[in-house]
Amino acid sequence: MITTIRMIITTITETPRMFDDLVTRATLAGAGLSLATGPLGCFVIWRRMAYFGDATAHAAILGVALALAVDLPVSLGTLVVALAMAVTVAALAARGWAMDTVLGVLSHSALAFGLVAVSYFPTVRSDLSSWLFGDILAVGTGDLAWIWIGAGLVAALIAWRWQALLTTTLSEDLAHASGLNPARERLVLVVALAVVVAVALKLVGALLIAAMLIIPAASARWLARGPEAMAVLAVGFGVASVFLGLQLSLWQDTPAGPSVIVAAAGLFALAGLIPGLLARIRPASRQG
Amino acid sequence: MSAGSLLSATGICIRFGGDEVLHDISLGVEPGEIVTILGPNGSGKSTLLRALLGILPLSKGSITRAPGLRIGYVPQRLVIERTMPLSLRRFLSLPARVTDARAAAALAQVGLDGKGGLQMAALSGGQMQRALLARALLSNPQLLILDEPTQGLDQPGEAAFYRLIEEVRAGTGAAVLMVSHDLHVVMAASDRVICLNGHICCQGTPQVVSTAPEYRALFGMGTHGALALYRHEHDHDHNGPQDHHCGHDHDHPHDHHHHHGNAPHV
Repeated sequence: MITTIRMIITTITETPRMFDDLVTRATLAGAGLSLATGPLGCFVIWRRMAYFGDATAHAAILGVALALAVDLPVSLGTLVVALAMAVTVAALAARGWAMDTVLGVLSHSALAFGLVAVSYFPTVRSDLSSWLFGDILAVGTGDLAWIWIGAGLVAALIAWRWQALLTTTLSEDLAHASGLNPARERLVLVVALAVVVAVALKLVGALLIAAMLIIPAASARWLARGPEAMAVLAVGFGVASVFLGLQLSLWQDTPAGPSVIVAAAGLFALAGLIPGLLARIRPASRQG
Repeated sequence: MSAGSLLSATGICIRFGGDEVLHDISLGVEPGEIVTILGPNGSGKSTLLRALLGILPLSKGSITRAPGLRIGYVPQRLVIERTMPLSLRRFLSLPARVTDARAAAALAQVGLDGKGGLQMAALSGGQMQRALLARALLSNPQLLILDEPTQGLDQPGEAAFYRLIEEVRAGTGAAVLMVSHDLHVVMAASDRVICLNGHICCQGTPQVVSTAPEYRALFGMGTHGALALYRHEHDHDHNGPQDHHCGHDHDHPHDHHHHHGNAPHV
């Protein structure tokens, strides 16, 4: 069934001319990813899971190596290993280990094991930087379809569980007393994170996935007055970062993935100036 | 515990690691009554509430709820991450969305009229407790469970809060189960008081409990009460006629004995 869907989407997406342009494809891919990283990034920030995202993303490199070793699709390998990593971290933290210790051990170990493992595969070895920093300009129409499906599923999952996720994030005791199951909502986020890592690996690479989660959501926090507004603004900041980053990359011939994150960081700084500017303008306009 | 109890616990024990925090607790809450659990710091009050809510696993015993029981829970405190933008109005719609009219009515009931636009992170301690109560009321609870709801409030604020609880009970008929470590205001507002110190030391109407030796052992007497509260050591003797000793010993590393029966230090 998945093959059928893939075929249909490939047929649809390959027809229009605009998809022929690699920059357009890359921009659409990044925009699709932002649809998931926007709302998910908000939860990563609210729940202080920034390094959790890092650990999951680092595990993806190990997933690449394992997928090649057993001859499976790379995205499946990264999905499975990222999921295993996220579940392990969540389980260890629930057992009372300090989170930063758990992540310090697992995150860096996963990266190191992954780098050692991929060294057995000359094809990956020669192209290591594209796994670490992404290769968004190499995105094909098939990849584009997968990114939109994966990101769309994550966005739909978060939208479906939105009220429960917010309540659980606010207080697990309150959620429990309202008849929700906090453990299930945590699992929703863990699964969403693993899917995003698998989808984003090709675009921004293992080292910068967490940046795509955190920076647009943090930029949105400057301006948002409610959780929904923050999620929507985070998607907007994500899309804008991808667009500006790719233009920067074209103009200055800089690596695309890092350029996107540079743009995101620039937007964060700009967004931080806005509340101060508004505060200056408002009293002035009242006087006038 | 009658068959009509909203919530009842039978012989529950809770362990954290190897330590038994609560031992052989049995209690019930009947429709419409206000029950206060009273005990010094570390006596397991919050633990008991969290067990009754089903948050903590029991190592022994069982908890029975009336079918379809709606509980409104007001936690001891709620820390709002500054990274989460959340207005009071939006907070009231978690997890079930409520209409603006119902939200406004709930805010008016707790004395927060027109404050729906405030950010949760900007609320004062008293406003936060009222906000938590408003949210709990919106689920039309048959039972309100409050964990030290007046923590961080000054004395007039505290008295006002307990008056509000009584109004709520009178208005909605909801039963109230609350926890406190302070006596006088709470005693006046309760139908029944349960004295807790790892086990149930004594229970009854405020008048009965305040004269029970177990209660005096925990809290001292008269003007000395507030001071004794903070001085209380876990080791105490039960020697009154209403001895509900649960059969576990009270040996603790440091050996402080209260000598009850001595004249009160007035």
